[in-house]
Amino acid sequence: MSGLLLTDVRKAYGPTEVIHGVDLEIDQGEFVVFVGPSGCGKSTLLRMIAGLETITDGDLQIDGTRVNDIPPSLRGIAMVFQSYALYPHMTVFDNMAFSMRIAKASKAEIQKRVTEAAEILQLTPYLNRLPKAMSGGQRQRVAIGRAIVRDPKVFLFDEPLSNLDAALRVATRIEIAKLKESLPNSTMIYVTHDQVEAMTLADRIVVLSAGYIEQVGAPIDLYEKPANLFVAKFIGSPAMNIVPATATETGTATGVTLSGGNGVTVPIASPATLSGHAVHLGFRPEDLSLSTNGSALVSGEITLVESLGEVTNLYVDVAGCEEPVVAKIAGIHLFRRGESVSLTADPGKMHLFNEEGRSLLYL
Amino acid sequence: MAVAASSRAPLTWAVHIAALLLVALWVFPTFGLFVSSVRDKDQIAVSGWWTALTSSTQNQVTRAPGADGQIERDGVFVIAGNVLEGGSGSVSHFGFSSRAPTDFEAGEVATLRDGSELTVQEDGSFEITANEAFTKSRGQRIFYTATAPPRFTLDNYATVIGAENLGQSFINSMTVTIPATVIPILIAAFAAYALAWMRFPGRALLIAGVVGLLVVPLQMSLIPLLSAYNTIGAFFGVPAKTYLGIWLAHTGFGLPLAIYLLRNYIAGLPSEIMESARVDGANDFLIFVKIVLPLSFPALASFAIFQFLWVWNDLLVAMVFLGAQDDELVLTGRLVNLLGSRGGDWEILTASAFITIIVPLLVFFSLQRYLVRGLLAGSVKGG
Amino acid sequence: MGQLLSALVIMILGVGGCALYFLGSNVLLDKLYPAKGQDTEVASRNINRVNSIRPWLFLGPAVLFLTAYLIYPVFDSLRLSFHDRSGDTFVGLGNYIWMVNDPLFRESMFNNMLWLIVVPTAATFFGLVIAAVTDRIWWGNIAKSLIFMPMAISFVGASVIWKFVYDYRGEGSEQIGILNAVVTAFGGAPQAWITLPFWNNFFLMVILIWIQTGFAMVILSAALRGISEETIEAAVIDGANPVQIFFKIMIPQIWGTIAVVWTTITILVLKVFDIVLAMTNGQWNSQVLANLMFDWMFRGGGDFGRGAAIAIVIMVLVIPIMVWNIRRANAEMEGR
Repeated sequence: MSGLLLTDVRKAYGPTEVIHGVDLEIDQGEFVVFVGPSGCGKSTLLRMIAGLETITDGDLQIDGTRVNDIPPSLRGIAMVFQSYALYPHMTVFDNMAFSMRIAKASKAEIQKRVTEAAEILQLTPYLNRLPKAMSGGQRQRVAIGRAIVRDPKVFLFDEPLSNLDAALRVATRIEIAKLKESLPNSTMIYVTHDQVEAMTLADRIVVLSAGYIEQVGAPIDLYEKPANLFVAKFIGSPAMNIVPATATETGTATGVTLSGGNGVTVPIASPATLSGHAVHLGFRPEDLSLSTNGSALVSGEITLVESLGEVTNLYVDVAGCEEPVVAKIAGIHLFRRGESVSLTADPGKMHLFNEEGRSLLYL
Repeated sequence: MAVAASSRAPLTWAVHIAALLLVALWVFPTFGLFVSSVRDKDQIAVSGWWTALTSSTQNQVTRAPGADGQIERDGVFVIAGNVLEGGSGSVSHFGFSSRAPTDFEAGEVATLRDGSELTVQEDGSFEITANEAFTKSRGQRIFYTATAPPRFTLDNYATVIGAENLGQSFINSMTVTIPATVIPILIAAFAAYALAWMRFPGRALLIAGVVGLLVVPLQMSLIPLLSAYNTIGAFFGVPAKTYLGIWLAHTGFGLPLAIYLLRNYIAGLPSEIMESARVDGANDFLIFVKIVLPLSFPALASFAIFQFLWVWNDLLVAMVFLGAQDDELVLTGRLVNLLGSRGGDWEILTASAFITIIVPLLVFFSLQRYLVRGLLAGSVKGG
Repeated sequence: MGQLLSALVIMILGVGGCALYFLGSNVLLDKLYPAKGQDTEVASRNINRVNSIRPWLFLGPAVLFLTAYLIYPVFDSLRLSFHDRSGDTFVGLGNYIWMVNDPLFRESMFNNMLWLIVVPTAATFFGLVIAAVTDRIWWGNIAKSLIFMPMAISFVGASVIWKFVYDYRGEGSEQIGILNAVVTAFGGAPQAWITLPFWNNFFLMVILIWIQTGFAMVILSAALRGISEETIEAAVIDGANPVQIFFKIMIPQIWGTIAVVWTTITILVLKVFDIVLAMTNGQWNSQVLANLMFDWMFRGGGDFGRGAAIAIVIMVLVIPIMVWNIRRANAEMEGR
């Protein structure tokens, strides 16, 4: 029994509930990423785990102990904030030593732990500097160092990279991944709105939307088997194409007819009751290819061409679809607006969702 | 704005001239006071301070030595001297009667009523000659018109600091101001932190209360506090008007602004720093002492300057809660008294006024940055 | 000097006492409900309990002072205003009835209204003009500093400065007050300005305007600088001239700040006392409420009833602004 356990955790500000009953189990040593659009409640959930927000209802257990009413400092957690939250009037050393000094640790102990943490993060030359004399990346490392010094059971990261520029973000992301490897027993919870961070760092990803958990799973699972339309559209870029269709054939494989008239049989099992009902057919832009033999899944006029060099994105107006279908085709292609094009895809890589938006895989 | 101004040269000139005029209008009165305070007191009374650098013409009177000052030279009796008494300047006219004080030009010979002759030279030296010995012990009055060069002196300051007791009042003002500035700071800072970052029932009400008290006129407090002080004083057999009383009063009156100003500032500190300290195990007391207090220095300085200026410049509270005797009268009170008793003596008033305003002016010019910041924090959200 | 030394000692004692109170009470609180060396359950209960007590330790001294020096007096003044001069006998509305019939009170009310109209308007206007003008020139900061300077001068000091400006010598002798010197230079007759009934009010107001313009300028200048450059550039591209830009683009964006400046000065005007006391002491029809109240506090041993009644009038005049301020502060806090 270790790690974290959230049972029907809720948060309400007055009459408005913002977290609607979250159930989640996190194992010791796991790296879990909370991801979702802004306002989905991911930061609130993290702050509830930290103890910075009260828990309105439900239970939060860390290491088997219910910690709902335990103040942050006694929960065995450390937090790295988006703005680093370094104490501006203290040197790097003092910043890292602050929590131990409050806990009245011995001088030698403080010295030892801070030096060790500084070593790991290559901060040793900067120990006597003030935060304002350091770059953004260095400050972020100090913030992480401050967390390491506390030797917590759980590390909490609240969008730690969002204040860094793009290049530094990649470098620091790699450092966090290394840090995780060097601390295999520490649980880490990481909040971000950036799916690349989520996909690269996480053991498991928790996708949140509007205060609900949409899906929990390993990064590739989310990509390959999204549980619902929200996850399907949230993971991957450009987002998955969703086109309306009708189920015509049920059983071990499902046959659907698109509103344009084309049909396709997807190797996904479906119940007989689905027959004749509307479904959503999903296929990722990168799984589409130009049709060469006349058989097409969808076809229409190109409305926009984005040439990025390695790939070309085609936006195609398809009859019966409100939004254009996007195709991501490797290499450079000289298409023009208004040209007609036919696209095809491997049925094995398609996704089917029922009318409510739930994947047929999880019914 | 730069876009609008730079394109038209004549407009730019108009702006410069307008600014210059406005600045002159605002500086002139104070400048006049300062110039006057270092002028010779006789010159202040007869010419405007703007003429301080030019020579001034004065009609003066002096009395020659009496008979015992005479000497006999070649059978003529002479009383000699200098009307300017060694001072610089020159005499243009002179006379011997108050009805015709400028009848004679310098160097001319005037015949006095008793037949003796008076001459005053341009350099001020005079001679009264007669064939017979002088007998009157009272000397002859000599009227003269002297053109005096500008004279600057610190005598006025010496006078007011010594004879008018401004030195003592200066110390009294310091005595009132220093504790009354420092004591409220800590009290206000703790309260401001509580109102900014601690969660407790009634917080919003308390903040509204502080904002409300910000504008309660001092006048409301005077009578009840004065009678309370009288009662307490009588009960303990001590005077009602003491320094302790005024320190506490200024502390009370200064608190709303102090709390408001500091709360605005402290509430603006990044919340993640407080949260980080909380996660690190600090309680509110430690967060306040180790994080908030060091970071709030600019706001504390702003308030200290406000309170210093306000207490130093205050007249009303001092008049109500302090006595009027020498060891309690503050500078502002002394200045009001002088306005009553020495209304026309501008050498006294200008020097006294300058002594009263010099400390605030020094504070103002050296710490203006903090003052401006405080004003903005107090009036406009976010500054 | 010994006196100054004892002031320093008192200051250190006062600050030390405060520090000792805050440190002592907080340490005591932590001792009473320790967080360390307990099992987590007890420790967390203790920490939560401490967190609900601690705000009041922080607020204690401030609340005490505010109550004793500002809140209690408001109610006591109200009580006293219904009592006679000694504060013992209840006289009902007697003091207020006396007040409305007292010519001096009516004169003060009239003068106060004049002050209320003229001073905030003039100071805000000059402040705005100076802020706009000095923002455009390279020596603007020096100019601002000099115009801001009177803020540091006491009302009494300013009164002396201006009394010197208004100084009057009989016709024929040389004027040493610069105002009369200018008037005579243009061929006018010198005047004893502060003794001219009605008009003298304006000569006294000049002093407060002179002091407060700097305040208005500093605040409004910051507001003007806060206006987004882009809205002005957009207006330039739209073909607006500088005057139109100032009145149609800039002023509307800083209305809120103008209102703040205006009300702040209004409050100050209501309390103005030192200037009138120092310049005229209410003679020549220049009496104002605050000075009248001071008069009644001490005249003939003091009439606390009438004094308090006048104080209440000042308070009532302040209340609308107080309500507005509280509303504004509340709105701001919700915006946070």
